[in-house]
Amino acid sequence: MLGSRIDDDRGTATAGGHRKVPATPDVAELRVVRKTPVADGVLTLELAAPSGGRLRDWTPGAHVDLALPNGLTRQYSLCGDRWDPFTYRVGVLREPVGRGGSAFVHDELAVGDVVGVGGPRNNFPLVPSDSYLFVAGGIGITPLLPMVHQAELLGADWRLLYGGRRRASMAFLDDLAAYGDRVLVRPEEEFGLLDLAGFLGDPRPGVRLYSCGPAPLLAAMETVTAGWPRYALRTERFLAEERGAPVRTTPFEVELARTGVTVTVPPGVSVLDAVGEAGVEVLSSCRQGICGTCECGVLAGDPDHRDSLLDDEERAAGDTMYICVSRSRSDRLVLDL
Amino acid sequence: MTATLGSSTGLPTSDADPFDHAVLEDPLPLQAALREAGPMVHLSRYDVYAMARYAEVHAALVDWQEFQSGAGVGLSNFRFEKPWRPPSLLLEADPPKHDAPRRVLTSVLSPRALRRLRDRWIADAEVLVDEVLSAGTEFDAVPVLTSAFPLRVFPDAVGLPQEGRENLLPYGDHAFNAFGPDNDLVARGAPRVAELSGWVASVCRREALAPEGFGASIWAASDRGEITPEQAPLIVRSLLTAGVDTTVHGLSAVLYAFATHPGQWERLREQPSLARVAFDEAVRWESPVQTFFRTATTDVRVGDHVVPDGSKILMFLGAANRDPRRWDDPDSFDLSRDPSGHVGFGMGIHQCAGQHVARLESEALLTALARRVRSIELAGPTARHLNNTLRSWESIPLRLHVD
Repeated sequence: MLGSRIDDDRGTATAGGHRKVPATPDVAELRVVRKTPVADGVLTLELAAPSGGRLRDWTPGAHVDLALPNGLTRQYSLCGDRWDPFTYRVGVLREPVGRGGSAFVHDELAVGDVVGVGGPRNNFPLVPSDSYLFVAGGIGITPLLPMVHQAELLGADWRLLYGGRRRASMAFLDDLAAYGDRVLVRPEEEFGLLDLAGFLGDPRPGVRLYSCGPAPLLAAMETVTAGWPRYALRTERFLAEERGAPVRTTPFEVELARTGVTVTVPPGVSVLDAVGEAGVEVLSSCRQGICGTCECGVLAGDPDHRDSLLDDEERAAGDTMYICVSRSRSDRLVLDL
Repeated sequence: MTATLGSSTGLPTSDADPFDHAVLEDPLPLQAALREAGPMVHLSRYDVYAMARYAEVHAALVDWQEFQSGAGVGLSNFRFEKPWRPPSLLLEADPPKHDAPRRVLTSVLSPRALRRLRDRWIADAEVLVDEVLSAGTEFDAVPVLTSAFPLRVFPDAVGLPQEGRENLLPYGDHAFNAFGPDNDLVARGAPRVAELSGWVASVCRREALAPEGFGASIWAASDRGEITPEQAPLIVRSLLTAGVDTTVHGLSAVLYAFATHPGQWERLREQPSLARVAFDEAVRWESPVQTFFRTATTDVRVGDHVVPDGSKILMFLGAANRDPRRWDDPDSFDLSRDPSGHVGFGMGIHQCAGQHVARLESEALLTALARRVRSIELAGPTARHLNNTLRSWESIPLRLHVD
C-alpha cells in the first residue's frame, strides 16, 4: 500500500545535504524471488526490486532483456499481471540447442540472484479491436497470455489456438482453462499439425491476428493469411540475437566530449548521477528510461541499453542513449556532453 | 484566507476552496498549509481528499492501479456524472484502453521525432525575437512572445488550417477550467463551448489536417491499425487541448522568473546550455498545471488513513514542487538547482506526452532572447489570468535591454 512504500523508500530528505535527489530507483537490477516449474522443460521466474518498490510499467506483448550473471543477455516476454506493479513474471523454455542462456536459467540461476533488466519494451503491442484470433506455438504462449487476459477485460470477441509437441510440455494450461472454449489446446502428438486455415476462417476486416512461436509456425501464418488485409497479422519471433560484448559488472569510463571531463562510473551508480557528481547537470525526469528527457548523443563506445524507448534498429545505431538507466558494454563511452 | 484546519478523526480537514479567486490569485499560502497539515487532508467543501507533499503526490501519480484517471481528472466523477465532452482517450483513460493511444502519441512526440523540427523552431524564434525587438524594447510579453511563439510554431507542426487558430487558447482555457467545480470561471466559458468544440472537432478530421505533421502522423497510425479511425481525431484533440495553453503559461513563467531574478538571466547569458534547465526550473517553480484529480479504485491506505473506493483525490502538483521535504529553498528560482523529478509534467503513465515539445519551444525562444537581450525587467504591474487548473499570466509588461 502507498503509505508503507513511502516510509520504506521515499524518505529522501538528507539533513544538511545540499541536494535531496532520490536515489535512482533500482528498476534495472532485479532479484529472482520465485522459480517455478510449469511444464516439462518450462519454468517461470518471478522478479522483484530488492527494495520491494514498483517496477516499470508494461503492456501486453512487452519483453524485458535479462542480463544474466553468466554474461549472456536474453529477451523474455512478460507473462504476469501488470496490476501487480511489484513483480515481473517470465516463462523460460530449456532450449536444447541454445547458446547457454536458457540452460543457465534452468540449472544455475537461483532464488535470491540478481539479474540486470532492460526495458520493458514492446514490439508486439495489442492494437484496439473488437475481435482477435491468437495462435501460439510452444513457449510462444508467453506474450499471448497477458493479451488474452486483456482481450477478455476489454470484452472483445477472441479465441486462442495453442499448439505444442505434447500436452505435458505446454505451459499455462491451468491459467487458460478458465477461459473455457475460447481456448483450443492442440498438442501435436494428439492432433497433428495445427489447422490454421480452419481456425482462422475467411478473411474478415477488423479482426486482428496475433501469433508467436517457432519460425515454421510464423511462416505458415504468413502463408495462410495472404488474403487478409494488410496489418491484420502481427507476429513476434523468438529473438536469438547475439550482442557483442557481455554486460559488464566492472566500472567504466565516460568521456564528456564537450566538457572535456572523464568520469568513472562504478557498478550501482547511474551514468546520470556520475556525470552530475562531476558537475555536469543533465536534465532528467522519470529516472526509469521511460520519458526520454535525459537523452544523450553517443560519439564512441558500445552502450548497454536498459531503456524502454529505443527499438532494436535505434539501439543498433548506437548513437544515442538514456543515461538514467543505460550503461556501457565497452570500457569507455564518449558522450556529446 | 479563511481555511481552518481540524482533525476530529485524526485526518486533517480543511474548509478552504482551492478554486476560490483569492487562492487562484496566490495559491502558495494554501499549498503550504495543506503540506504542513499532513500527508493527506480532507477538503470538506467538496468532500474530496488532497495531497500536497512531494512524496505522496509522486507515489500516487505513478500508482495508476490504485489512483485511476478514467473517472475523470477533474472534480466531476465520471462514475456518476456525464462528462461535458467525450472523455480524453489519454488523460481520462486507464489501461488497457489507455495503452494504444498513449503509445501512438508518445511516439509522434518523441525526442527523436522532434529532431526534424529543431532547426526550424530555433530559426523561427530568432525571427520572432528580431521582429519584436525591432518594434521596441518595452511590451507585454504575453501576447508578444509567450503566446505568439507557440501559436507560430505549434499549429503548423500539428498541421492545422490557418483559419480559426484564435480558438485554440479559449478552448484550452475552458477545458482546464472544467476540471474544477462549476464556478464562475466555467460559466464564463460556457457560452462558447459549442462553437469552440465544433471548431476543434472539425480540424481533427483527416481532411482538415496538412499531409505532414503530428496530426497526419496520428492518422497514419490509424491506417496501420495501431489505433482505430474513431480514436484518431480524439488523439489529435488531446494535442490541441493540452498543447497550447500549457506551453504559453510555461513560457510566461520562465520569462517572469527571469524578469524578477536578474542574476539568473546573467547566468543563462553566460551559459546558454542552461536553457533546458531554466524551463524545467520554471515549471517546477510556477507549476503551470497546478492540480489534477485522481479517483481511488479501491479503499486505498495512505499513511494512517484510508481513501474510500470511488473518492476523488486532488493532487497539488504545485505544492509538491515547492515541498521543502524534497527541495532546498523551494521558493527560489535557481538555475544551479537540478529540477529533475519535479511533477509539473505529472509522472507515470499519464506524464505529459508533449513535454519534449514544450522543452524545445522554450529552448528555442530562450536561446534567441539570450543572444540579443542583456537584461530583462518588469516595466509595470503584472496581472494574473485565473483558471481553475492553470497558473497563468494575463499580462507581463517587460522592458528589455539589448546589446
